Amino acid sequence: MATYQEFIQQNEDRDGVRFSWNLWPSSRLEATRMVVPVSCLFTPLKERPDLPPVQYEPLLCTRANCKAVLNPLCQVDFRAKIWACNFCFQRNPFPPSYSGISEVNQPAELMPQFSTIEYIVQRGPPTPLIFLYVVDTCLEEEDLQALRESLQMSLSLLPPNAMVGLITFGRMIQVHELNCEGIAKSYVFRGNKDLAPKQIQEMLGLMKPGTPAPQGRPAAPQEATASCRFLQPVQKVDMNLTDLMGELQRDPWPVAQGKRPLRSTGIALSIAVGLLEGTFPNTGARIMLFTGGPPTQGPGMVVGDELKTPIRSWHDIQKDNARHLKKATKYYEALANRAATSGHCVDIYACALDQTGLLEMKCLSNLTGGHIVMGDSFNTSLFKQTFQRVFSKDYNGEFRMAFGGTLEVKTSRELKVAGAIGPCVSLNSKGPCVSENEMGTGGTCQWKLCNLDPSTTLGMYFEVVNQHNAPIPQGGRGVVQFVTQYQHSSTQRRIRVTTVARNWADAQSQIQHIESSFDQEASAVLMARLGVFRAESEEGPDVLRWLDRQLIRLCQKFGQFNKDDPNSFRLSESLSLYPQFMFHLRRSPFLQVFNNSPDESSYYRHHFMRQDLTQSLIMIQPILYSYSFHGPPEPVLLDSSSILPDRILLMDTFFQLVIYHGETIAQWRKAGYQNMPEYENFKQLLQAPLDDAQEILQMRFPMPRYIDTEHGGSQARFLLSKVNPSQTHNNLYAWGQETGAPILTDDVSLQVFMDHLKKLAVSSSA
Amino acid sequence: MSQQGYVATPPYSQAQPGMGGYPTGFGSPSAQALYGHYGAPPQTYPSQPAGMQKAPASSPSGMPPPPVPGHYGSNIQQNGAHSQRFPPPPAASTPSMSPYGQPPLSQYQSMAQATPPTQQLANQMSAMNIGGYGQSLMQPPQSPSSSAGQQQFQSAPPPAMGHPLLTPPGPQSPSMGAPSPMTPGPPMGSMTAPPMGMTNSLSGPPPMGGGAFQQPPGPRPQGFPPQPGPYGGQMPGAQMAGLQPGFPGAFPGGTAQMAGPPQKKLDPDSIPSTTQVIEDDQAKRGGQVYATNLRGQVPPLVTTNFTVQDQGNASPRFMRCTTYSFPCTSDLAKQCQVPLATIIKPFATLPKDETPLYLVNHGETGPIRCNRCKAYMCPFMQFIDGGRRYQCGFCNCVNEVPVQYFQHLDHMGRRMDLYERPELSLGSYEFAATLDYCKNNQPSNPPAYIFMIDVSYTNIKSGLVKLLCEELKTLLDRLPKEEGMESSAIKVGFVTYNKILHFYNVKSGLGQPQMMVVSDVAEVFVPLLDGFLVNFQESRAVINNLLDHIPEMFADTNESETVFAPVIQAGVEALKAAECSGKLFIFHSSIPTAEAPGKLKNRDDRKLVNTEKEKTLFQPLRGVYEQLSKECVSQGCCVDLFLFPSQYLDIATMGDVPTHTGGSVYKYNNFQAHVDGEHFLSDLRKDLEKSIGFDAIMRVRTSTGFRATDFFGAIYMNNTTDVEMAAVDCDKAVTVEFKHDDTLSEDTGALIQCALLYTTISGQRRLRIHNLSLNCSSQLADLYKSCETDALINFFAKSAYRAMLNQPLKTVREILVNQTAHMLACYRKNCASPSAASQLILPDAMKVFPVYMNSLMKTPALVGNAELSTDDRALHRLAVMSMGVEETQVLLYPRLIPVHSVDVGSDVIPAPVRCSEERLNDAGVFLLENGRSLFLWLGQACPPDLIQSLFNVPSLAHLTAEVTSLPELDNPHSKKLHSIISSIRELRPYSMKLLIVKQKDRPEMLFRQYLVEDKGLHGGASYMDFLCYVHREIRQLLT
Repeated sequence: MATYQEFIQQNEDRDGVRFSWNLWPSSRLEATRMVVPVSCLFTPLKERPDLPPVQYEPLLCTRANCKAVLNPLCQVDFRAKIWACNFCFQRNPFPPSYSGISEVNQPAELMPQFSTIEYIVQRGPPTPLIFLYVVDTCLEEEDLQALRESLQMSLSLLPPNAMVGLITFGRMIQVHELNCEGIAKSYVFRGNKDLAPKQIQEMLGLMKPGTPAPQGRPAAPQEATASCRFLQPVQKVDMNLTDLMGELQRDPWPVAQGKRPLRSTGIALSIAVGLLEGTFPNTGARIMLFTGGPPTQGPGMVVGDELKTPIRSWHDIQKDNARHLKKATKYYEALANRAATSGHCVDIYACALDQTGLLEMKCLSNLTGGHIVMGDSFNTSLFKQTFQRVFSKDYNGEFRMAFGGTLEVKTSRELKVAGAIGPCVSLNSKGPCVSENEMGTGGTCQWKLCNLDPSTTLGMYFEVVNQHNAPIPQGGRGVVQFVTQYQHSSTQRRIRVTTVARNWADAQSQIQHIESSFDQEASAVLMARLGVFRAESEEGPDVLRWLDRQLIRLCQKFGQFNKDDPNSFRLSESLSLYPQFMFHLRRSPFLQVFNNSPDESSYYRHHFMRQDLTQSLIMIQPILYSYSFHGPPEPVLLDSSSILPDRILLMDTFFQLVIYHGETIAQWRKAGYQNMPEYENFKQLLQAPLDDAQEILQMRFPMPRYIDTEHGGSQARFLLSKVNPSQTHNNLYAWGQETGAPILTDDVSLQVFMDHLKKLAVSSSA
Repeated sequence: MSQQGYVATPPYSQAQPGMGGYPTGFGSPSAQALYGHYGAPPQTYPSQPAGMQKAPASSPSGMPPPPVPGHYGSNIQQNGAHSQRFPPPPAASTPSMSPYGQPPLSQYQSMAQATPPTQQLANQMSAMNIGGYGQSLMQPPQSPSSSAGQQQFQSAPPPAMGHPLLTPPGPQSPSMGAPSPMTPGPPMGSMTAPPMGMTNSLSGPPPMGGGAFQQPPGPRPQGFPPQPGPYGGQMPGAQMAGLQPGFPGAFPGGTAQMAGPPQKKLDPDSIPSTTQVIEDDQAKRGGQVYATNLRGQVPPLVTTNFTVQDQGNASPRFMRCTTYSFPCTSDLAKQCQVPLATIIKPFATLPKDETPLYLVNHGETGPIRCNRCKAYMCPFMQFIDGGRRYQCGFCNCVNEVPVQYFQHLDHMGRRMDLYERPELSLGSYEFAATLDYCKNNQPSNPPAYIFMIDVSYTNIKSGLVKLLCEELKTLLDRLPKEEGMESSAIKVGFVTYNKILHFYNVKSGLGQPQMMVVSDVAEVFVPLLDGFLVNFQESRAVINNLLDHIPEMFADTNESETVFAPVIQAGVEALKAAECSGKLFIFHSSIPTAEAPGKLKNRDDRKLVNTEKEKTLFQPLRGVYEQLSKECVSQGCCVDLFLFPSQYLDIATMGDVPTHTGGSVYKYNNFQAHVDGEHFLSDLRKDLEKSIGFDAIMRVRTSTGFRATDFFGAIYMNNTTDVEMAAVDCDKAVTVEFKHDDTLSEDTGALIQCALLYTTISGQRRLRIHNLSLNCSSQLADLYKSCETDALINFFAKSAYRAMLNQPLKTVREILVNQTAHMLACYRKNCASPSAASQLILPDAMKVFPVYMNSLMKTPALVGNAELSTDDRALHRLAVMSMGVEETQVLLYPRLIPVHSVDVGSDVIPAPVRCSEERLNDAGVFLLENGRSLFLWLGQACPPDLIQSLFNVPSLAHLTAEVTSLPELDNPHSKKLHSIISSIRELRPYSMKLLIVKQKDRPEMLFRQYLVEDKGLHGGASYMDFLCYVHREIRQLLT
């Protein structure tokens, strides 16, 4: 067998799965002692260009409460044409369509390389994608113009049969009718009155008058015709809508001095949700909210319209001084749940210099899998390009988005699923494999993922339930099957099934093996997700304490040391980086709110909770590259000692790309050497990080904030706040030396952190 | 039917039913109590046996040849022709009267005081008889007559004559046979009784008759025939005594047989004639200049054409009082029961030859006002102390004259600049208001007109929406504009609605209009600010585009439910948002039943008619609409309602907001664009182009001793003194009642200042001031002398219509009758010279008051008849509440113009004849108008050539029943008729739809109800019966 490194990599490439442990401790007791739970990062729609979907439906286990999908791990009796479910051991006959099956003629799903396989379901009519634009008009003219252009541009990116709708809001909410000739029609709602979904549908004329919502689903076609007024195929209303968007006016209601414009985001969203709910339930749809400020009236208001009362800060929240916070959050949560129930996702594109209420609204995107994009203005490339990237296409020319997904997890009987953390909501489906312990969103084996993209990654947490006294036979394997049903952007329904297995190991006899099967990267991210998940509901310091304790326990469990001798402490290679990840995680904006607004925190957390492992790691511990004349670009330690005068640094924190010119380089640049032919190499040096940055900018969603700064520049703070403060104004020995730049901070450095960790880990009293 | 038939019938038996009939006319049976005397009276005033009355009835059919047939016949003719058949009442008559003749009353100085009694009588007589017809032309001798004639009432005519009136003597009746209508009751005068008894062989009845008629002994039966004059003279209607006997029969309600002809007991010509009074006044004061320089000067009648020259008192067009001489004390006022009121029409249209109001600007400090009572500078301020101070005429407070306003006084103590300053020399003028007079101290914005069109199925199908949209394209060019401005400053906005509301953005820059739908009718709001209210000139293209689209958009609607309150609410909100006042034009089709605030249900329960609960039919539903009115008024939002119902829609409630906001309600039953389109459009045009002021608040200040206590009109009162009107246009009048606080002084008189703060159509804030000074007198006679019947009736109409919301109709009618009787009795008691109790004596100025009163009680609102549509009644009630004097006058006494006798060569409209069926002529064509309705009545026998020239069909028979319009033909008759009609329409605020009715056709019923001197079609007494009744009441009061 190759190294675990290779194994892990291979598994990830094939199945989109990375487990914290690749050998599983075989009893519950031992598993809990491992500190890091058996868990995995799962990317349901990981791009697999090499995986052609099969054109038939999966074969399910016939046991009613199992329904696992036939997979390569199943025992198959080719002669009897029977297969045994590897979850419930039910023996199932193959259906007639499999009659030709034999050892040499196996269906794809039985081949080991198809541990992940995708089926196309032919049932049901194809349902169009739906894009509902919800646009704030309380913008500055310049912003609005930029937004108009972006919106119009986006129409050209939509598939021609996609349905589009437009809702604009300011003080009032307008739902635009799109198929009208001669007169532009819109339905208007006041922004401060909450309406029940039924009322909204009634007022939009979506319900037949007089028929009091007959039981059992009223005729769908009828509703569809009514809804046509507001949601139309883009090919049909292209011109109309382009004009409409072009004519979008700023909210005409006067805003008095010292007031914020009245912005009815809450009701606008409620109407958007209500509209889709009433017309296209359980059909993939995106509600795209573009807002330029906080909701200031009606339910869901985040701040009053008096400019003299500033929007809540972390300080206010901690002091319980945020008047609207709870109410608004509750309101948006309810909305998010409604949207999720009908399978619609909500994107939030918030561009403003001040906060826009993401803290309150984040659940809309978090629960429905929508995007959150935060920028300073719609008139920035950050927004424009990010928005464009929402509609990027994959190698098949299909959108990188999928709708209305459900993820079901099946486990073999030694294992139960404790929960998931990611952009999903529970479907509350109890089953034999549901653990009583909840981690993240638990208590279910099915989750709804209203919107998925190829990078959407969930953290799945399991619980080993096998009792210590019922040992698993040597070579036994635990199996997990992920069944993801979704609406592909081509409007097909598809099912992707991933079945993975890991060996059980006895933790007492095979602890070394287990240790070496540890995936510290995955574990760091999985633990971080747990931490961030907790941080949403708990006080910051408690979470940090919890994380520290887990780290110490892990070190105690796997470290090699002599009791009470910190200097003797050693960690094996498979764990060596883990404490460093934790160090940076502690300093990250996911857990630290200092210096971040509540909106920013929400924004960072939102992305952290859904990105795949690589991106997540970048978020936890940013990458730092160094460019110099001394050699090719190299990654360097994220440490203040890496900041040298003759280097250019490129730091990628996922959210920011910082190019930092060292003191000397900056002087040279100022002097204009790069423009002199004889210093062509300097020009190239300056160019190199720019090119690399460009590459990252091209790839990433959302587009990071791009910062070009230099020694002493105000924006250098982005770099300085991230590096390990190994040199500060406190440790004098480094002061003024050539070896780096001191950071003016009281934060502890990695060395101090490690020292403490060792001390605590070896302490016999701990 | 021989007389015997009549004889046979017990006189009373019939009489009684008749009486019963009367009550019904006046209301519920319980009326009995009130009219008890009525029933009872027969005995008391046994005078006329029922039989007698019938006599006449029978007469037509088969009476023996009348002894003096020719006579009467001729009479009739004369009347029609104005010939002077009637010899001057000279000697012959005089003698007879002399006994009764009394010295003229001092009060009546105006009429030949000096004239000897006899003369007077003569005058009276002449005036009476003749007045009606030929006017006094023929009797130059009685020159004083015309005016004097009016006084006859006071000077009771000889009783002898009185009798005659009532009962045509037997002999005559026969004679009258054919001419029945004219039956000169008069002749009988003296002889009556005897003859009757005999001729009619009414021997049975005679007892009664005899008893009743004191004068039965009427000297010379024969005499009378020869002397038509006398009878004519007496008839003055004065003697109702005689009538009474006739009463029972007269009261139509009466028995079936009586129908038709019977009631001609009295000569209708003998009772005071409104048309005559109008003609007289026109003849006397028409075309003259009326200078308002005198205090307490009684203006000409509203029907008279005259020119007003403002010399210190407001024109009667602006303010008209019930009396121009107030009693000095409240005791006197109570005693006479004449209401003290003024009808203010602040925006009355002035004829072209009168000067429009001057605008005075006192600069930044605003108009100069009395420090204490806040009255505005006016001619009643007395400058003293060399011009440094002035004494307020209203509260007597002495104020400093502001430095910049100082002016020296001349030797008369008048300011040198008296004639340069309108506020010192005129009765009416305007002040420019300063910011202090504006809402929130912000300059006001020009008003906005919002057109709110019901686009539910009914309106689409009737073609209204299309018609309206088409019309608006041109109509909006005619929005009223400020003098001297190039275009109107009024902004316009559009809303359509059914169950939900659609607003339109018609901003000038838009390529196409934008529709914004508001379906939240529970809490309606305005979805847009910018682009909703626009300048028509600037947004013409977009608006026209919109108006083209509206009918199309809803062409295939099947929405039949509507909302209403939210529509008004939306309008108010829009104006609020735009911070301006304005007017909503709502075009609505049906009772609002959709789920929304202000939802109404059918509460048209005709069973309630004539019960205690009848008033509930007229009471608006409270709650939403009440609140709306309040909001509208505070925003200066006037609501005009155009209704196109096919059934009941609760006008009482729906009209509530319009009538509290200075708006109007128009109703077009079963509207069809091709039939009623033109009618509706001309109403709309009139309404839109009217001169109007917005967001108005009116305050009536008075000099010490009395004050305004009650206000009637399309107004809203938040407190007891400020009259708030969202808008007030040139046709809206407010009736103000005054009460005494203290004793008034004859020296200073009574001063009234009406100040109206409003916003002009260009958004300027102004104060319009009307000042009026009245006399005060401790003599009731002065008061009666300067009474104004038209104004009085306006007051009574409004107060009765208001009272009917809280009291049973029966009570209201009783009060009206009682008060009429009271006023007249008081006059009789205090002012008239003593005369026989049997005589009805009316003050000259109130001569025709009873006919109006009677007509008022027969109006649909008051008459209490389940056959009438509740909505029509409610609408009538609402309409009257804001009417001015001209309108109530013509409404209660329609003009009946004989078109057949028109002189096609001249410009004049033929003099109207009295509103009675008797005046119709089978061979005639009549035009009847009352300001709300317009009829062309075609007699059965009208000449084919007339028909030909009017309708272009050979004869009446060729005229289909459905004929609804009058073709415009190129012949003098047709042209003349059209010109008459258009001149009438021009005169009235409502464009009246012309209804063509043929005699004896079904629709004639509609027409007949406007013949107010006749018995009411739906109940109510004839003029003559009413007079008799009132007379009886008076006698009761006097005894």
